[in-house]
Amino acid sequence: MTRISLTVDGARVADDVEPRMLLVQYLRERLGKTGTVIGCDTSNCGACTVHLDGESVKSCNVLAVQADGCEVTTIEGLAQDGELHPVQEAFRECHGLQCGFCTPGMVMQSVALLKENPQPSEEEIRLGLEGNLCRCTGYHNIVRAVQHAAGAGSTTSSASGAGAEQGVTA
Amino acid sequence: MTAVQEPSAEREIGRERRRKEDQRLITGRTRWTDNIALPGMLHLAMVRSPFAHATIVSIDTSEAKNATNVVDVVTGADLGEAQGACINAWAITEDQVTPPHLPMPVDRVAFAGEVVAVVVARSAAEARDAAELVDVEYDELPAALDLKHAATDEVLAHPDLGTNKSAFWRFDSAEAGTGGDVDAAIEKARTDGIVIEREYRQQRLIPAFMEPRSVVVDPTGEQITVWSATQVPHILRFAIAATTGVPESKIRVIAPDVGGGFGGKLQQTPEEMIAFAVARRLGRPVKFTETRSESLMTAHHGRDQWQKLTMSAEKDGTVTGLKVELLADLGAYVAIVGGGVPVLGAFMFNSIYKFPAYQFNCQTVLTNKTWTDAYRGAGRPEATFAIERLMDELAAELGEDPIEVRRRNWIHADEFPFSTVAGLEYDSGDYEKATRRAMEMLGYDELRAEQKRRRDAGDRVQLGIGVSTFTEMCGLAPSRVLGQLNYGAGGWEHASVRMLATGKVEVVTGASAHGQGHETAFSQIVADRLGVPFEDVEVLHGDTQVAPKGLDTYGSRSLVVGGEALVKAVDKVIDKARPLAAHLLEASADDLEYAGGRFGVRGTDQGITIQELATAAFAAHSYPEDMEPSLDADATYDPVNFNFPHGTHLCAVEVDTETGQVSMRRYACCDDIGNIINPLIVAGQVHGGLVQGIAQALWEEAVHDDSGTLVSGSFTDYLLPTAADTISFDIDHTTSPSLTNTLGTKGVGEAGTIASTPAVVNAVVDAVRHLGIDDIAMPCTPERVWRAIQGVAKGGATEGAAMPHFDSSTGMEGTVDRTTGGAQ
Repeated sequence: MTRISLTVDGARVADDVEPRMLLVQYLRERLGKTGTVIGCDTSNCGACTVHLDGESVKSCNVLAVQADGCEVTTIEGLAQDGELHPVQEAFRECHGLQCGFCTPGMVMQSVALLKENPQPSEEEIRLGLEGNLCRCTGYHNIVRAVQHAAGAGSTTSSASGAGAEQGVTA
Repeated sequence: MTAVQEPSAEREIGRERRRKEDQRLITGRTRWTDNIALPGMLHLAMVRSPFAHATIVSIDTSEAKNATNVVDVVTGADLGEAQGACINAWAITEDQVTPPHLPMPVDRVAFAGEVVAVVVARSAAEARDAAELVDVEYDELPAALDLKHAATDEVLAHPDLGTNKSAFWRFDSAEAGTGGDVDAAIEKARTDGIVIEREYRQQRLIPAFMEPRSVVVDPTGEQITVWSATQVPHILRFAIAATTGVPESKIRVIAPDVGGGFGGKLQQTPEEMIAFAVARRLGRPVKFTETRSESLMTAHHGRDQWQKLTMSAEKDGTVTGLKVELLADLGAYVAIVGGGVPVLGAFMFNSIYKFPAYQFNCQTVLTNKTWTDAYRGAGRPEATFAIERLMDELAAELGEDPIEVRRRNWIHADEFPFSTVAGLEYDSGDYEKATRRAMEMLGYDELRAEQKRRRDAGDRVQLGIGVSTFTEMCGLAPSRVLGQLNYGAGGWEHASVRMLATGKVEVVTGASAHGQGHETAFSQIVADRLGVPFEDVEVLHGDTQVAPKGLDTYGSRSLVVGGEALVKAVDKVIDKARPLAAHLLEASADDLEYAGGRFGVRGTDQGITIQELATAAFAAHSYPEDMEPSLDADATYDPVNFNFPHGTHLCAVEVDTETGQVSMRRYACCDDIGNIINPLIVAGQVHGGLVQGIAQALWEEAVHDDSGTLVSGSFTDYLLPTAADTISFDIDHTTSPSLTNTLGTKGVGEAGTIASTPAVVNAVVDAVRHLGIDDIAMPCTPERVWRAIQGVAKGGATEGAAMPHFDSSTGMEGTVDRTTGGAQ
């Protein structure tokens, strides 16, 4: 067992952990931070993405002991004082989620992406989210959500084409 | 029924309401099954067979049992009859060969990944560590792996059964009286028309929902509570009770937040049954959460068919007959729907067309691979792919535009209702209008002109345009039809509306959402119909103690069947409230009109709202003598017919003829799904569906090696598309309301997946057809496209890529259309 102490979503925590314990397991099993989820065994899906000292990481790819002395932000710590983070708000506004399982990772990665590049093009968004898998949305509205959060997207979201969503009535 | 219209209030139906579900999902305040932790809860790890087919000689659990914090190690023999069985709910024929399916087999494993022992420990990590210590001795048996080879019965997947052939199912339009004799039509066309013969491969796919399956069983208390990441809590409860002998009333199944399903979670799984049995055995709560590899290897797969197709047409391209011969791979066991999946496609091969003769033949086959069952679309994508690929081939044969050829054969708007050659009655549709709109959105004519320019110029990168016009049958299903098909259950759905004392409304539905947005869409329906604020409606689902009746979510049924049950329950509430309103207003019930959630006395300003009536019914201080003091109502709705969404999907791709790389340039679709409750949710369903269908065309394939091991057993190997692989879509709708339900809605959950696969493959083939290529097997990887191009350039067959004609007696396999009056 190794003693670690770190800050998670603003709270100071300390625990004895097995050296092999992954950060995501520590968050879920020891701290009850179940907002961060596990979707694969091979660090492909990105569902477990959190911020480690401000950088996005896949928390299944980081040992808990590596987070010793660090500051971790999870999806549960993103909203401040009851106010949603603009990226969270954008995902809801643009219907950027369906089952919501990939959403914690997708939101955390999007926040990191916009921090690095506040005005990304569609291609830059798509490349920036390449490490996060979603099976429900086809990514269309996730891209819209990031554009929306960047202030670049239209507020009505969800369809790119003129006339889309208007419904041609019979 | 009373119309609910308040001039000042915006109608909820049709509104782009942001989802009620999202707040908890975007803040991580979720309850996935794996998040549940109970005092004293134990963790399970499965010991799985590495062999596709083997006798279990011995299982030595002693070392594992001695490991620290291991509580028990259990085998199938230890559990005996307590482990229950995995059921097949749909024997497609009376004489279907169905191998018994124990959750943990005792003496023989039939696919790689099958569970042979389970370790129970205080933590998941300790359970997994100890699973490595279980020593299983196997005696390997020959495995039936390749579908076509398995159909010869040379190697048996289950030696005791004596055959791999599970069931043969046929529909013939001449026998059914719905059309003519297909063989006669084909014979006629051989001498005086066009015959198109093709064989297509529907590769094996994996649903690959994002949330791995997880189950928690708590046997403490009077009911045994099962939390499971399932689409089908009600069906699961029935199956557990029916096979373990535990009374149904002692089992409570809860599907909490469920992270996607796409058909992949409509199963009764061995893991659920094992967790149930172990929890009962030990009297302690247990949890099992699968790894992604376990999920890909053992959660049921989808598709996996060979499709042998013969289409006959007049010389002008009017189709005269279609004959379908399918081989469908069931995998090692007949899953809960199992062989029913290809049968669901049986009624859809004729699609939107007026074919005079049709025959469908399907042979289901057992192999030693992962079992197969429903995957988004279930039967209908396979049918749509076959017919839409054939229509393009017919157009190529005629040298005409593929849309023109379709138009010549499709049902026109003034021909509805239309009785199809497969025996269904289509209620509404307008294929012309949807097609025109899609062509406009894609810029069809301009792209065709560009294609010609680039072809003439001999560009390295060629442009292809793919067409897919489709319809599907949604809203599973009228119970009498299911009965005729020998399905084990009905197709109704249940709803309750509970008027709370504070005027809030609880809506209970038997449909069980896992990402579809039921909480929002159903709130909109109730808000409009009952005339209460959207925010005052709470939708409850996915818990058999809260929603005691239901048949769950699959087959694009939630809105069209579950929503209709809701409408009927709401109408009953209003009917029940009327005499109470009359009583309290001291008016005659006949003088009341209901609008905007309020009973008003005609010609006066007197009235009382439904929410006030709910409070009055709760207090029950004053109500009519012949009334019970409650406004609550239930309804069970059995659909009268399927409904038939349709649409036209157009796709433009660019194919690099030097590398075989396919890039999607543009995708436009116009779907007619009847009236839309929430356009935002509908768009999301279409987008997601499109990408799953596109993924079949371009990327995904479950591959087993020669020994039956799944080699695409991780997300590194099974190619789920990423944001960087996909494009933005242009979607729109025409609206032909369904005539078979009150809301005029049609299903939308599967439409995108059904339509997009052939649109993409048609586009890829269209880009290289001038090089002499008429097919590329899915997924159309750069390698396969490149090989197809190279193969033709060398004048040889494209091995494993382009599908040869199946009739080797013609001596014309591979590259030539065997069409009398055409190539000959």
